[in-house]
Amino acid sequence: MTVVERREVALVDLLDRLLAGGVVITGDLTLRIADVDLVRIDLNALISSVNENVPAPWDDLL
Amino acid sequence: MSGLRYVYAVCRPFGTPLPAQLTGVAGVPPKQLVHHDLVAVVGHVPEGDFAEEPLRAHLEDLDWLGATARAHQNVIDALTVVTTPLPLRLATVFRDDSGVRTMMQERKETFLRTLDRLDGRVEWGVKVYSEPEPEPEPESEPGRTGRTGRTGSGRDYLRQRRNQRREHEEKWEQAEQFARRLHESLSGYAEDTRIHAPQNAALSRAPGRNILNAAYLVPRTESEAFVELVDRTKDDAPGLRVELTGPWAAYSFSGEDA
Repeated sequence: MTVVERREVALVDLLDRLLAGGVVITGDLTLRIADVDLVRIDLNALISSVNENVPAPWDDLL
Repeated sequence: MSGLRYVYAVCRPFGTPLPAQLTGVAGVPPKQLVHHDLVAVVGHVPEGDFAEEPLRAHLEDLDWLGATARAHQNVIDALTVVTTPLPLRLATVFRDDSGVRTMMQERKETFLRTLDRLDGRVEWGVKVYSEPEPEPEPESEPGRTGRTGRTGSGRDYLRQRRNQRREHEEKWEQAEQFARRLHESLSGYAEDTRIHAPQNAALSRAPGRNILNAAYLVPRTESEAFVELVDRTKDDAPGLRVELTGPWAAYSFSGEDA
């Protein structure tokens, strides 16, 4: 096994924290993106748009 | 003044100024908005991009989302150098300064309590991946019919498939056990832990399958020991890969229920 310490922050790691973590504040103009469900939907949409160009590596395992 | 207010974090007042060249979301330098014994770190952002509707549309644009997330993180990183920030979720937007002040006033007690809890702590991310499976051997396909005949080849093929599946399941079980043990021992060093959903390989582009995606709240003073502990796991499980990220501001531990 190898332990890798990445110097550059990967976008997914950032999104794990910025979309699912951090203080959620509602009120004023605060937007509903805080909703985890909505974020999931957004990410799924993003993932499927990525998949159109790059075949998913697990396709042949299913 | 026109524009909306993007709030990155809430902190206790800190003496050190932020770097003059620091920019955040929309390329705008963040400013401090002091309210009693709290400071909100705030940037002016254009309504055309950050009002509810345009923002919703932007969030489906991976490039925009990525650039905004990195700009947000840029500010949080700078804050982490001078204080222990309480990071807000991406795209927390208010109409004006007075909206931000009202919010701070309303949540003052909670903010102070959480800032005390997180003071001097950082978050470390640890992920475990199984290394990618080797390609299945192509000779299990019809090529061997000549020697054993159709029926035999079919039976061989099925047996081979069964064996492959069993091996796969065993590997998977070992990997899960390893991840569970690692998580238990790391939890011993952490004040708090969070398990995130496994990452999607299409988005992370990381090889292999993500088995554990966890966050650990660790005092700064204990961080070195924590990192060493992660590093020591490297010989424990062949076929697995451990990734360490951080130190992060305590994004995963900023909720009241934490």
